[in-house]
Amino acid sequence: MNDITESRKPPVATTGILGWLRMNLFSTWVNSLISLFVLYILFQFIPWILNWTIFAADFKYNFNGEEIVNREMCSRVLDPENGGACWAIIYVRFYQFMYGFYPREEVWRVNLSYIMLAVAVVPLLFDNFPFRKHFLKFTYIFPVIAFFLLNGGLGLESVSTNKWGGLLVTLVLGCTGIALAFPLGIILALGRRSNLPVISMMCTLFIEFIRGVPLITLLFFGMVMLPLFLPEGIDMDGLARVLVAVTLFQSAYMAEVIRGGLQAIPQGQYEAARSIGLSYWQMNLKVVLPQAIRISIPSIVNTSIGLFKDTTLVIIVGLLDLLGIGRGALADTTWLGLAYEVYFFVSLVFFIFTFAMSRYSLYLEKKLKTGINMGAD
Amino acid sequence: MRSNLNFFSDEKFRSIFFQTLVIGLFALGIYFVVQTTGYNLEKRNIATGWRFLSDPAGFDISFSPFINFKSTDTHLDVYFVGVLNTLLVSFCGCIAATILGFLVGIIRLSSNWLLVRVAYIYVEFTRNVPLLLQIILWYSILIQLPRVKQSLEFLDIFFISNRGIYSPRPVFESGFSYVFIAIILAFISSFIIRRWAKNRQDETGKQFPVLSSAFGLIIILPLLLFFIIGSPMSFDYPALKGFNFKGGMVIRPEFIAMFLALTIYTAAFISETVRSGILSVTKGQREASASLGLKKSWIMRLIIIPQALRVIVPPLTSQYLNLTKNSSLGIAVGYADLVHGFGGISLNQTGQAIECMVIVMATYLTISLTISVFMNIYNRSIQFKEK
Repeated sequence: MNDITESRKPPVATTGILGWLRMNLFSTWVNSLISLFVLYILFQFIPWILNWTIFAADFKYNFNGEEIVNREMCSRVLDPENGGACWAIIYVRFYQFMYGFYPREEVWRVNLSYIMLAVAVVPLLFDNFPFRKHFLKFTYIFPVIAFFLLNGGLGLESVSTNKWGGLLVTLVLGCTGIALAFPLGIILALGRRSNLPVISMMCTLFIEFIRGVPLITLLFFGMVMLPLFLPEGIDMDGLARVLVAVTLFQSAYMAEVIRGGLQAIPQGQYEAARSIGLSYWQMNLKVVLPQAIRISIPSIVNTSIGLFKDTTLVIIVGLLDLLGIGRGALADTTWLGLAYEVYFFVSLVFFIFTFAMSRYSLYLEKKLKTGINMGAD
Repeated sequence: MRSNLNFFSDEKFRSIFFQTLVIGLFALGIYFVVQTTGYNLEKRNIATGWRFLSDPAGFDISFSPFINFKSTDTHLDVYFVGVLNTLLVSFCGCIAATILGFLVGIIRLSSNWLLVRVAYIYVEFTRNVPLLLQIILWYSILIQLPRVKQSLEFLDIFFISNRGIYSPRPVFESGFSYVFIAIILAFISSFIIRRWAKNRQDETGKQFPVLSSAFGLIIILPLLLFFIIGSPMSFDYPALKGFNFKGGMVIRPEFIAMFLALTIYTAAFISETVRSGILSVTKGQREASASLGLKKSWIMRLIIIPQALRVIVPPLTSQYLNLTKNSSLGIAVGYADLVHGFGGISLNQTGQAIECMVIVMATYLTISLTISVFMNIYNRSIQFKEK
């Protein structure tokens, strides 16, 4: 009889949940101690933070069911032992957080711009988007539409930029900075790699200068020195001056990222393009740049995340972005002392944007790795 | 024939033509800016020049640990206080961020799932929230500490309140310079010993306990000397007098907020570079060294870390540069660094915008350049030495 011994099952402790726990949490006694310690901290911390932010928190009404209109009515002021966060400050100031001091009867213009921004950006991000070509045409004209829509003109009532604030300013600075810095960055990157020594030196000096100083000094430069440089009659408002500084700043970083992409293009691509008779610009626009930009998009997104976070610096020169509105809310005596709620909310908004961007950059990196190889290795 | 007539198709001519054009346009632009600036300055009655640097500042700086600053001191002193404060918080931040960053980076590669997750959440949260917000948040936490009268005490010599951390201040007496010289000598001799030990090991294979001998030289020798001379050092303890503490040493909340925020923010980025650096060392290296019979700690120290450092150091340099530049955000919480003290208050008081901004920018450029030069030297020393 050829009796085949039935293969024995692996020990219970190495498979399933038990096995996973043993492998990942309790593999050695040091690991077990660490795991228990971390678990203990988490069991203390997570219920507390959930309780503070959600279960014991006030949203619009306090625990007596009254609508909160000042800090004295917050549960955590009435009952410091049990009260959680008082989100009423966000609720009351939500309009300011989103639009600043934009006139209420004109606010549809901002809302429309937000929606159009989404329509313009989403097809740009995903190349399998249906009817992408047609949507991209809209993306190109969107900045013009948004400018007139937000600023006024063409029959719309003009809204001064010093009434803009909150998320509006954050998004305007972030999006405009990125959109303007992109072409500038390409030019600077090409210039730095140029064979013409004067141009290459000037681009290098510009890039290294901008990268060597903090953004805040460039913002001061825009605020304090730019008006001195301009002839009489040309008067830029605060937002425009800050935009100049932010764009210059971002273009230097963008240039370095794109230069990295250009360096990754094999020499054969340049030579092949030249040998079929393409001029310098034809070679760059039709052969080199499309490939270089494609591989540098993840890094472009990463520097854009940096810029998006850095837009908060404009509060130092007096613009009211999301954080600026938050600080304004805290300076209001009726809401004094609710700093954690405001900072939590502002961080959350920034986190949502930047985390989404960083996930997108990861997704692109993965796609590039599995995608078509760049030919000619 | 035709090629002689058409200069423009000649590459050499074209290149000279374009470069002259660019230089010309640039010079024209500069000329235009200088003209308008001169006109604008004249109209606003601002006299250019560096004379304001020797004028008395007329304001106080709350945090100046190195220079005893009085409001009668000049704007030039404000500048030096600012530079020192910028360097202080950058230096402390870089060291702490490197330690925390390496720790978190290694934790993220550990086998403990829970620890990995916690480290991951820390990295994602701190990386994705603006640094300025974090600085302001830390500051608002620190100024909610108890008032001076109710300050938290530790061992009756440390006091923590919303005005900062008060601690005893060491007072050096006459003989202390000998101890100081001893420490420097100990450092130098440790380096010599290390050199000698390495040479001997290369030649004979014999090892020498470098680490413990250096420890003995640097710590124990000066300590012995210190007691032999008769402890030439005393402490000045802080004591509550009236509304504030007198004596001792104080670390202001502005500094602590800056230090904490810069460290925690930058460490998240450093941990990512450390992680990718360690991951870049191929598995074969680890397996090969294990099959040679090296101890686990030796594998890390002798095989993995030296190779990982090659990948880690260039991005680490840019993180140091970022941290230094980010220290300029001290203005948001009133930390008297270069931008806040000199580029902010001095600029507003004197109205010398161009001079102040030029000095501030030039200083940052110098600092950035110095850091990258030193890091490049270090980077070259750890790269592959090909024969």
